[in-house]
Amino acid sequence: MPLTDRFPSQSQMPESTPDKSTPGLTVKGLTCARDDRVLFKNLDFRLEPGQALQIEGPNGSGKTTMLRILCGLTLPTEGEVLWNGLAIEDNRAEYMGAMDFIGHAHGIKKELTPMENLQVAMAMANTRPEQSLEAVLEKVGLRGFEDVPAITLSAGQCRRVALGRLLLSKSLLWILDEPFTALDVQGQAQIESMLVNHVEQGGMVILTSHHPLALKDGMLKIINLRP
Amino acid sequence: MSEASLYQAFSTVLKRDLTLAYRTRTEMVNPMLFFIIVISLFPLAVSPDPKVLQSLAPGVIWVAALLATLLSLDSMFRSDFDDGALEQMLLSVHPVSVLVLGKVLAHWLVTGIPLLLLAPLLAVLLHMPSDSIPALMTTLALGGPILSLVGAIGVALTVGLRRGGVLLSLLILPLYIPVLIFAANAVSNAAAGLAIAGQLYFLGALLALALTLAPIATAAALRISLR
Amino acid sequence: MWLFFHKLGSPKYFYDLSGKFLPWFGGLTLILMLLGSYWGLVVAPADYQQGDSYRIIYIHVPAAWMSLFVYIVMASAGAIGLIWKMKMADVVASCSAPLGAAFTFLALVTGSLWGKPMWGTYWVWDARLTSELILLFLYLGFMGLEAAIDDKRTAANACAVLALVGVVNIPIIHYSVEWWNTLHQGSTVARVDKPAMDVNMLIPLLIMWFAFMFYYGTTLFMRARNEVLYRERDTAWVKEMVTE
Repeated sequence: MPLTDRFPSQSQMPESTPDKSTPGLTVKGLTCARDDRVLFKNLDFRLEPGQALQIEGPNGSGKTTMLRILCGLTLPTEGEVLWNGLAIEDNRAEYMGAMDFIGHAHGIKKELTPMENLQVAMAMANTRPEQSLEAVLEKVGLRGFEDVPAITLSAGQCRRVALGRLLLSKSLLWILDEPFTALDVQGQAQIESMLVNHVEQGGMVILTSHHPLALKDGMLKIINLRP
Repeated sequence: MSEASLYQAFSTVLKRDLTLAYRTRTEMVNPMLFFIIVISLFPLAVSPDPKVLQSLAPGVIWVAALLATLLSLDSMFRSDFDDGALEQMLLSVHPVSVLVLGKVLAHWLVTGIPLLLLAPLLAVLLHMPSDSIPALMTTLALGGPILSLVGAIGVALTVGLRRGGVLLSLLILPLYIPVLIFAANAVSNAAAGLAIAGQLYFLGALLALALTLAPIATAAALRISLR
Repeated sequence: MWLFFHKLGSPKYFYDLSGKFLPWFGGLTLILMLLGSYWGLVVAPADYQQGDSYRIIYIHVPAAWMSLFVYIVMASAGAIGLIWKMKMADVVASCSAPLGAAFTFLALVTGSLWGKPMWGTYWVWDARLTSELILLFLYLGFMGLEAAIDDKRTAANACAVLALVGVVNIPIIHYSVEWWNTLHQGSTVARVDKPAMDVNMLIPLLIMWFAFMFYYGTTLFMRARNEVLYRERDTAWVKEMVTE
């Protein structure tokens, strides 16, 4: 049945049978247009455990939109995102359990302390962490700030709390929007080693940043969104 | 997903919102002050004659409660939207409607209950007969949660908009009409010494309906608003 | 059926098909409206109580029926757009809203004009008029929300949720207003008991109702075709048609 429309047909199912044995994120024909402006068109890629994807591009090229599409917050104009072979909207519970997203607004409540923020995050992710919350906060360099309201912390310290969430959940895939923003040099190095570590241990990271990750060849993919 | 973890998610959100409300308690007072001020305007505008006030009182108190709730609704999702906590809620492994229910309950506890407790005082100011005060409080106890539940849908639809405030009242005030009719009528009947069971049953039925459907509609609306 | 449904979801198919139907719909509207007006205003007998003033029902009643019908169409189209992500449904819902609001407004205006000879005043807090007024607020809320959201698809989905919430609430609002009205009946003028309607009064009413239906269909198609062209302005078929 030839359909002469440019809308995604509803009956579009993944052609290959879902293969649960190889986890990974597959992107097919991803297109996004905003107000007549095509941000990106027909993107295809696949990300597997032990790989990182860096999305580059100038301001306004659609990096943040891309990340929001990948985590299922925004809908693409066309195309689909598959997790373990199933469209993420059909596979929501599993995907949400395997993915963590830290956006530009990182979801840290100013009125709560870093400890309380992490407790809430833990309940939302429904996980029991292997390490204590104190240990996580120490890892992100916030020792001694556990019980002060986040409103007294600097922007960089707030971001550290948010990144601490990643260490708590056992998510495979981390989707991060400019994770190095507001961090000092030491903080950037700390977080970078955290990301590299995660990938080397078989995790997956997708980030937008101009800061290249120190990963071996083949482990880092780069997509450049040109306007 | 087990029931225990659902309950845990619900109570985490509830506890978090109550903590936040406690730490910003000065803001909590505003809807209550509004409630009192609006009611004290009526004797000045209409007449201080006890007979006139008595006949107006049930309607006036209920309309004021409606407007005070409306005023407080914006805060339900606003700060979560601004700091990214709402995104995290949508990306949680738990059903969003359960988390929404936690937030709505917190909203009612923080704004609905104080209005309910203030009502007898205002009833005295408007010379309502003392036998009708229990009826007034019962209608507020049954109707108040409906206002929060239905209001949540409206706030969820307008949370991403720059000028959502005025629109919000246009969207939800028509939906408040049945509650207003039954509640105000029950109070008038009680003041006249008539039976009010029928009206209370209606309010109870509306509450049951709102409790089942509103969180689902709110969750859907949040997903759409955050795209 | 499913195939037809699916094809109808394609803007180009809709555009071509509606183009073929449009003249027929427009013609039928005109014929039915002339016939109904003539029958209703000239042939039908005068009411033994209200004289000729009752004849406004040939506008008022169909408009009131349409106001509800259009809301239900709007909510159904919204639901289809939300569930099956069919863009034509979004277009139908969005184009129906102003039409439904216009019908509601017409019902309100004719209702209050009718009220003047009947009740001696333009406005009475009568159950039906009050329900219509609230329905108008619901329509205005829908249109307000649609106008406030920039992205067309987001706007359509948000409005669909609102319309569905509204559809659940309309019966509740309607019955609560009815109930409220019977309680306060003493303060308003009691309704005249309606005798069974003369066939000669009923037939033109039904004809006018069909005329209003076709009018809705015609204007909906016209609006939807415009909207489709606008939304599809980047596609090959629209560009080809425009350059022709």
